[in-house]
Amino acid sequence: MATSAAQRFGRRLASSVPRRRFSSSAAAAAAAATGGSAVQRTQNPSLNLCSAINQALHIALDTDPRSYVFGEDVSFGGVFRCTVGLADRFGKGRVFNTPLCEQGIVGFGIGLAAMGNRAVAEIQFADYIFPAFDQIVNEAAKFRYRSGNQFNCGGLTIRAPYGAVGHGGHYHSQSPEAFFCHVPGIKVVIPRSPSQAKGLLLSCIRDPNPIVFFEPKWLYRLAVEEVPEHDYTLPLSEAEVIREGTDITMVGWGAQLSVMEEACLDAENDGISCELIDLKTLLPWDKETVEASVRKTGRLLISHEAPVTGGFGAEISASIVERCFLRLQAPVARICGLDTPFPLVFEPFYLPTKNKILDAIKSTVNY
Amino acid sequence: MATWLRRTRAVAHYLRRSSGRPSTSRVVLDRQGAPLPAVPPLGSVGIGRAAGRISPAPFPVFSAKRLESTRAEKHLASVHEAEDDDTVDDDDDDAQVLDFPGGKVAFTSRMQFIAESAEERVPCYRVLDDYGQQIENDCSAQVNEELAVKMYTDMVTLQIMDAVFFEAQRQGRISFYLTSMGEEAINIASAAALTDDDVVMPQYREQGVLLWRGFTLQEFANQCFGNKVDYGKGRQMPIHYGSNKHNYFTVSSPIATQIPQAVGAAYSLKMDKRSACVAAYFGDGSTSEGDFHAGLNFAAVMEAPVIFICRNNGWAISTHTREQFRSDGIVVRGQAYGIRSIRVDGNDALAVYSAVREAREMAIKDQMPILVEALTYRVGHHSTSDDSTKYRPMDEIEYWKMSRNPVNRFRKWVERNMWWDDKKEVELRNNIRKQVLQAIQTAETYEKPPLSDLFRDVYDTLPSNLHEQESQLRETIERHPKDYPLDVPV
Repeated sequence: MATSAAQRFGRRLASSVPRRRFSSSAAAAAAAATGGSAVQRTQNPSLNLCSAINQALHIALDTDPRSYVFGEDVSFGGVFRCTVGLADRFGKGRVFNTPLCEQGIVGFGIGLAAMGNRAVAEIQFADYIFPAFDQIVNEAAKFRYRSGNQFNCGGLTIRAPYGAVGHGGHYHSQSPEAFFCHVPGIKVVIPRSPSQAKGLLLSCIRDPNPIVFFEPKWLYRLAVEEVPEHDYTLPLSEAEVIREGTDITMVGWGAQLSVMEEACLDAENDGISCELIDLKTLLPWDKETVEASVRKTGRLLISHEAPVTGGFGAEISASIVERCFLRLQAPVARICGLDTPFPLVFEPFYLPTKNKILDAIKSTVNY
Repeated sequence: MATWLRRTRAVAHYLRRSSGRPSTSRVVLDRQGAPLPAVPPLGSVGIGRAAGRISPAPFPVFSAKRLESTRAEKHLASVHEAEDDDTVDDDDDDAQVLDFPGGKVAFTSRMQFIAESAEERVPCYRVLDDYGQQIENDCSAQVNEELAVKMYTDMVTLQIMDAVFFEAQRQGRISFYLTSMGEEAINIASAAALTDDDVVMPQYREQGVLLWRGFTLQEFANQCFGNKVDYGKGRQMPIHYGSNKHNYFTVSSPIATQIPQAVGAAYSLKMDKRSACVAAYFGDGSTSEGDFHAGLNFAAVMEAPVIFICRNNGWAISTHTREQFRSDGIVVRGQAYGIRSIRVDGNDALAVYSAVREAREMAIKDQMPILVEALTYRVGHHSTSDDSTKYRPMDEIEYWKMSRNPVNRFRKWVERNMWWDDKKEVELRNNIRKQVLQAIQTAETYEKPPLSDLFRDVYDTLPSNLHEQESQLRETIERHPKDYPLDVPV
């Protein structure tokens, strides 16, 4: 088991290193924003995802004096080190530890945001976000609507590391995004790489709506790529085709995209051309980009780590079937986590691994 | 003992030196008093807070229980007997303390559990006696004629508004209502003690606070009817008021959610160095919610200028406070969180005014939270959906309604000061009643908000899925117009 976990880990690493393809749009957008050239682009330092998040938080605090970063253990840099250096630079008044209480963190953040501040709240693990569920679902999400737009808590961004890490078991591995995608009034955003994480996080912090921002913690240190140093944002609710293909459309987000990318490469060896889409924003999501792709390929595969039943893949599947029924040449495939709690020893069995995806690609194309 | 003592000092000294912290900083001792790193080393990525939750605490600390344990005392005695025992202590008494996060903790050889409750209940602060007679030597002189008459007028207005709106619900003109009967003094007097700059985070039985701030009877009626001039655009049930211009956040039904939010808002006032505080209102039932604990604990830790005003009215729908908690009400919880607290007679307007005014001064000047527990009684039903005679005796309701009526009591005091008389009373009541009826009639004539308001304000702008759903719905309405209410403009 240890061996297979290590293999998987290695594959993640292998697939995370040549991420240029993943980051191309961010780098291009950044270069365009500065009028920069390709030469300038290559001068950008390589950062891992954790450092990219850290850089985004530095910029957010630096560019808006009414911005705050807080949560459990964030003051000394956070258990993942994403908030390193912030308290020293911006002071304990703006970057601080909170008591160990998720509903308190989010409730506090809503109040802070409702007074016209940008409140960046950290939930230490997405697995622990549930005590704050009421504050997110009944309070943050409805704050603007219920007041007739007299009040809003749009300055609230909730950051939470999510997903598998190889040894996290039940409570350090979950992908709870689907719960939040059922809540009108919040946005749900998940980045796939360091440069994406920086640009998307800055967009989320500055967006006038409350946002849950899930960070793929497996990629905190594994994903390394060039990240433009300057302040830039990436659009929300816009999916991105990160790999063009003609035979099948594949939709994913976050860390799972690197697994899907591997499957694409292997499928290519078998002569199957895959189009890979990063959804980035799950709520409200960019149906049009996915629809256009499926109209072209006639096939759709969705993959996520969360359990398949009631997962966000179901929503994508249903929406695309509604729009592309006559164009589809095979049933929509969902390669996702199993309908079990996230298991420790059985993690390699639970996960939607490359070969599960590859098999599904083949059976969908050969349907 | 001497060895133990020396060792404790040595530990403190060592930690001061090694951590560079002052002596009051964290000192973590293991069971033998050996020093452990004050800051635990970082675990590997992926194992953070929760690892500590699910496994035994990584660093066993000298718990309070152990401090009081005679067994520990014996153990320590045997430890020092086994070692050299030649030192005579010079400052034995005052040095025998544990320097622990939060301050020095004295040792005791007496095993004594803290009692579950004090022998006597916390007394209730009041200014007016049961007959509206002012008790001497109190600070209520601050309430002059103008203020007193305004307070009394608003208490009566609140009473009449509640009575008429309740009746309107019974007539089927509005779908729901909820009165603040019996709690007029808390509503109006606490509001009078605040300034308009103070931010109010209400629960739902504080319409009097909004009334005090100038929200008109027409505005109340518009909300209850959910018409097109309701600021909430007809989206929420009646009584879910909110007014940006009055610094009064919109009511939401879930209990206690406003409490941690109030702390965040107060922290904002603190950071902006504003001379203002947040007033968070809630009832006795709220104090069982996790958000109550979260909010009070956060407020204490963040030193946020917030006043927590608990209306302990005895009943959470049908649940009596006996079934809600076993503490001496709410006021005693304050100290456990490190919050200055007071219990006040919620049916004594002057006492509520004085206490909240003082609480406000302290909250702003000392930048700290204050807890005010106001003892009162919910004379009305929980709401129009409730019949409280099913779970509580009529004579209990009558007693509070008649003998302990806060409006009558305040009136006696105002009259005693020659600021009020029967003639004014009759005029006021007739006048207000007419105004409330007029407000209802006017609110009824307005049409409902337009259909487009169904889709607006979910986000700051309309996302594509809502665009699509709006046009689909409009097509459906065209096909089946009879399925939809006529008073909503499409």
